[in-house]
Amino acid sequence: MNKEYVMGNSAIALGALAAGVNLVSGYPGTPSSEIIETIQKYRKDEVYLEWSVNEKAALEVAAGAAYAGARTMVTMKQVGLNVASDPLMSLAYVGVKGGMVIVSADDPGPISSQTEQDTRLFAEFAGIPVFDPTSPEEAYQMIQDAFDYSEKYNTPVLFRPTTRVCHAYASVEFDDNFHAKKYDGFVKDSKKWVIFPRLSYNNHINMVKRNALIGDDFSEYIMNTVEGSGKKAVFASGVSYAYAKEYLQGREDVTLVKIATPHPFPEKLVLPVLENCSEVLCFEELSPYVEKQIQRIAGVHNLSVKVFGKTTGNGKLAGENSADYAAELISEFLNEKLPDKFDISDMPDLPVRPPVLCAGCPHRASFYAVKKAMEGRKTYFCGDIGCYTLGNAAPLDMTDTCLCMGAGITMAQGFNHIDRDAVAFSFTGDSTFFASGITGVVNAVYNQADMILCILDNSTTAMTGHQPHPGTGRTMMGDIVEKIDITKVLEGIGLKKIITVNPFDQTKAIEAVRECADIPGVKAIIFKAPCIALFKPAERAYISEKCVQCKKCIKEIGCPAIIITDGKVAVDNALCTGCGLCSQVCPVKAIGGV
Amino acid sequence: MNKNILLCGVGGQGTVLASKLIASAAMRSNEIVHSAETIGMAQRGGSVTSHVRIGANASSPLIPYGSADFILAFEPAEAVRNLNYLKKDGIVIVNSVPVKPVTESLRSTGYDGTEMIEYLRKKCKTVIVVNAEEICREIGSTKIFNVAILGVAIGTGKMGLSKENIISEIETRVKESFREINLRAFEKGEQIGAKYEIK
Repeated sequence: MNKEYVMGNSAIALGALAAGVNLVSGYPGTPSSEIIETIQKYRKDEVYLEWSVNEKAALEVAAGAAYAGARTMVTMKQVGLNVASDPLMSLAYVGVKGGMVIVSADDPGPISSQTEQDTRLFAEFAGIPVFDPTSPEEAYQMIQDAFDYSEKYNTPVLFRPTTRVCHAYASVEFDDNFHAKKYDGFVKDSKKWVIFPRLSYNNHINMVKRNALIGDDFSEYIMNTVEGSGKKAVFASGVSYAYAKEYLQGREDVTLVKIATPHPFPEKLVLPVLENCSEVLCFEELSPYVEKQIQRIAGVHNLSVKVFGKTTGNGKLAGENSADYAAELISEFLNEKLPDKFDISDMPDLPVRPPVLCAGCPHRASFYAVKKAMEGRKTYFCGDIGCYTLGNAAPLDMTDTCLCMGAGITMAQGFNHIDRDAVAFSFTGDSTFFASGITGVVNAVYNQADMILCILDNSTTAMTGHQPHPGTGRTMMGDIVEKIDITKVLEGIGLKKIITVNPFDQTKAIEAVRECADIPGVKAIIFKAPCIALFKPAERAYISEKCVQCKKCIKEIGCPAIIITDGKVAVDNALCTGCGLCSQVCPVKAIGGV
Repeated sequence: MNKNILLCGVGGQGTVLASKLIASAAMRSNEIVHSAETIGMAQRGGSVTSHVRIGANASSPLIPYGSADFILAFEPAEAVRNLNYLKKDGIVIVNSVPVKPVTESLRSTGYDGTEMIEYLRKKCKTVIVVNAEEICREIGSTKIFNVAILGVAIGTGKMGLSKENIISEIETRVKESFREINLRAFEKGEQIGAKYEIK
């Protein structure tokens, strides 16, 4: 055994390795990305690992291996589960042979996501079990249990940590003497593995009956716990349990119930608790999932228990919980007074800090070139998911829409079909292009859209922490393989105009945009320059005495490295990367050094 | 030992490494450690915090309000933003050099950090103000303030962590080419912290 200070995501990875996982696949997404990175660090040669092109591909790769009896894990963030939902829903009917755990990390807040969706509801929707860890230490053990239950019931299972479990650190004791599981291999049987309406009908009935049995089994699962006693009970799940525990530490007069397996619900464990108490507070994040289960059980068994939670106004409708919020809610529930807080109601106005594109980020130059080229023309700027979503901020203001992965390319087509007079643009990163952009380009070419496809190619998946993708030529198995060339992909689809340009060469970049704007059909501009976090040039910009303090550099490009010190424009040397964009913007050529 | 330490600053200032050094140094003395950090979109110039919790009393990864023994603030406004986490008699160590957001350059509100430092002094029992620019200039690197502020905290003698364990962690976690300069920054910080007599 070994003990290290590790992130929750690392604990999940180490737990999967301890469970003998044979294959791991996934797509990067905050807060899930470090699971696969940890597998890469600790895996032995017998474990196959990949960043798949997207979540759907990842889940299907793992399903194939699980049909053959291998233990597999798939990782993604919660919105990734939407992409993977097509194979997931069917797989729930077909089932698996080897244990298969789908980790879908939820993001209450949301801190780094488009939605506050709840994977527990997805588990109920798909009809499969879900595990909800409360801490990194627990996640390490629980993911091993998840593999066992998956194999016991031949079903894929969901595992849903939240941001505060994924990105929490703890001292975790783990077994580093692990080996991948031996498996029998695939046994052909088309009546079992080929989904058909008849099979789905039969398996649907089996799933419902089986889930009732799993609920009974979960009622005896050691991670579902009842602590303390008393007429008042707090039900909590996930990290909210840790917050509740913080308030109720050492208390025996209040019942605290932890729901580690929200679906199928451990009803047999919960029923005696409900029969013995008068009031229940459900403390959870995202949906009132546990709360509705308690309401249902109380109704079915005609229990006289009052149930409080989000549906009664005793819980947040959105956003994450915290230790303080637990104290606030639970103290009110128990009619207790909280100690006085530090009063900071008189604090001065604080500066707002929206996230911004880094100093030297090539996306800033790409957006600026398009902005300059299109001055005075009617345009639609359809953005996408990645660092470049931050192109929405002032002063660039170059993102009119952002919906989901890949949507920029297809939404631009919608704008174009109803407004032929405007120029429709999409902005897509290289990783997003491979994940879900290509089909959108095929759609545009086939359906005769007029649009400019801007690929912001920074040679990495930057926002989630620089994971490789098909265009980088590096795999998670450590191999160097042929890069998939975006230009060749576009040529293959039939694009006639494809220009590759360095966005920091503003003259050429602006020219490229102007040229494309006046040609019908689908045109592509590949703005190619590496992410500044991967490659740091040594030069720094400086402001010479020629500066007339017009502040055009600040007003036009909003680079965090250009600041005002003592009323004058200056360069923050700690941030400047010498990209040279500001020197091209300056009307009096006062910025040197680059 | 039970200690809650909150580190706060702006994305890119190195709060994460500092919190890792504290946590792993505590683990060297067989303490139970939990922490939580801001990762992802907010790292791009947004407000970031790291909650480090040492000892068996901590159930949650986040520090409850009014429970932090220390706030190590890499930026003056961020110290104020997180002040409700501080214990009544907790210690604030704060960098006086502000990080002005891009929005500040676009539409000046005159934010320069001084108002924040005054507010901290008014509200808190112990505020140690350090100037990161001066320390960095003296050491000769713009990237060492995270280790220097840790030195200040250890120098106060109130962190409950051994200096040797922190140094061992710097030696393990910092790349060899930056090790020497980080050790010097730590010692410089320690000297500053040692000057304060805290009751």
